[in-house]
Amino acid sequence: MSDLPMDVDRTGSGLRCILRGDLSISTLTDRRADLAAGLQNEDVVCDISGVSRLDTAGAWMLIDLKRRLGTAGHEFQVTGGSDGQIALLEAVERNWPAKIESDSAGQAFSSQLHDLGKTVVGAAASGLEVLSLSGEVLLAGLRCLIRPLRLRWTSLVYHMQDAGLNAVPIVVLMAFLIGIVLAFQGASQLRQFGAEIFVVDLIAVSILRELGILLTAIIVAGRSSSAMTASIGSMKMREEIDAMRTLGLDPVEVLVLPRVLALFMTLPVLGFIADMAGLIGGGLMAWIDLGISPSLFMARVNSSVDGWQFAIGIIKAPFFAVTIGIVGCYMGLKVEGNAESLGKLTSKSVVVSIFLVIVIDAVFSIFFSALGV
Amino acid sequence: MTEREAVIKVRGLETRFGSNVVHEGLDLDVFRGEILGIVGGSGTGKSVLLRMIVGLLRPFAGRISVFGVDMLGASDDERLPVERRWGVMFQDGALFSSLTVQQNVEAPMREQLQLAPSVRVSLARLKVALAGLPEDANPKFPSELSGGMRKRAGLARALSLDPEIVFLDEPTAGLDPIGAAAFDRLIRQLTDSLGLTVFMVTHDLDSLHAICDRVAVLAEKKVLVTGTMQEMLDVDHPWVREYFHGPRARAALAAP
Repeated sequence: MSDLPMDVDRTGSGLRCILRGDLSISTLTDRRADLAAGLQNEDVVCDISGVSRLDTAGAWMLIDLKRRLGTAGHEFQVTGGSDGQIALLEAVERNWPAKIESDSAGQAFSSQLHDLGKTVVGAAASGLEVLSLSGEVLLAGLRCLIRPLRLRWTSLVYHMQDAGLNAVPIVVLMAFLIGIVLAFQGASQLRQFGAEIFVVDLIAVSILRELGILLTAIIVAGRSSSAMTASIGSMKMREEIDAMRTLGLDPVEVLVLPRVLALFMTLPVLGFIADMAGLIGGGLMAWIDLGISPSLFMARVNSSVDGWQFAIGIIKAPFFAVTIGIVGCYMGLKVEGNAESLGKLTSKSVVVSIFLVIVIDAVFSIFFSALGV
Repeated sequence: MTEREAVIKVRGLETRFGSNVVHEGLDLDVFRGEILGIVGGSGTGKSVLLRMIVGLLRPFAGRISVFGVDMLGASDDERLPVERRWGVMFQDGALFSSLTVQQNVEAPMREQLQLAPSVRVSLARLKVALAGLPEDANPKFPSELSGGMRKRAGLARALSLDPEIVFLDEPTAGLDPIGAAAFDRLIRQLTDSLGLTVFMVTHDLDSLHAICDRVAVLAEKKVLVTGTMQEMLDVDHPWVREYFHGPRARAALAAP
């Protein structure tokens, strides 16, 4: 007997193949090529009594060969295996996977169409869900208005501090720098016409009417909507929300309302602080760069800006606040059981809330210019 | 009876987390072809022992050899071939959440072996079927599976490279009795047909009784005693007595 891993003899009715050695996953590729080359288009009897190690990969190879010969109308028999090896071959044959269907180009197109449809329907459904959550928040708010003790005051104050007070430094810094940039850029342009004094109008109108509150809302959206999604989402993951429901607590009243209300009350204040910081930044730069003294700056602001310009900015704040709060909480409540969806929805909540803030701002812009204020 | 080959030998293992001593002078042999159940109270370091053997944690002192290779002193080149000969199933499957079940099972083959993609796919599907999962589980993501199915998928991945030793961490925890019994049968059947050696951390008295050839009890910071379930009944130690003579143990032993 030779030491070759495989001997093939011709017998009367077909081929007789003797396999030896290791028939496992580590030798699979070579042995499979040998077998495929040696055994074709004939009936085969395969003797595996010399096989030292047979694992599922080796068994897979033998059964695969058997099936391929079988489709060509030939017999394949395995002899000489130990009880364990035969049991393994039987187990593999029993669990043989079904044919793998291949994707054709037509299917790819229809699946893309399918995905598009799913996205549209999903977006419409989540729009409705956000609307329904808004309604629930409003109802919960009304209930608390009738019975103020129902409101979670501790939670409200905590979130006012978290989303409002703690955001003051970054909002002040941002608005101050925006004021400086506006003054600097405005001055370099307007100086060409000798109209330096209009820098004050530029700063006052743009900051009070638009930039102060818009940029504040964007910063708060980035800070707070992600925080809301993450905290509510992790509660959802740990089934805390379900536990609340079974205890008769309404998650909207306990979790969502305090957060939305806190933003509702603090965002206008933050907007006001941003307005002031922006004016101070702009005034400082106008003084340094153009020599417009603070008193002249104040006088010019008073004459060029009426109360409406300031009001138009601040009126938008509650709308931004509710949008940010509802989106943040909605995304949190959408989190499923795994950490992956938490991460995905947290980033989505920031993107969606900033996007909606800008959309609402644009709508207000059109509305106010149509009104002529 | 011939002398059995010990595929895993643990000698004088000592484990500490800070000042907390978990193991001290722990010795354990796991023989080829057996299913060894590890039991012990909470905090006795059963899972820690498993993690030590597969090299996820390093002991404070002691020796661990697998297939005769000293795992603590070996270089990476010596360790790697040994690591390819075992598979580990973690408690909740520990499947990669961004991959489908089939891709999870393919992952070790993709990393370790050069196989043609079509061979890899059919082998992976075969493993999934052997682990008792239906065909339509292949394209699903782990988050879409139930706990029992995740465990099966975890077992399929552990078996991906046709290992000789399989480590199972609480394979039946959290399964309903029917699912747990089916999982026990699956492990027994795979062990018989693949000639596996199984190292199983478990609390499930039914699986200990139904499929384990030997039981090792961790207590007092070492392997207190090893033996068959019947031998455990005669051990005179308060914890072992309470564990194997409790009402649940009697029910498990009374089962056919």
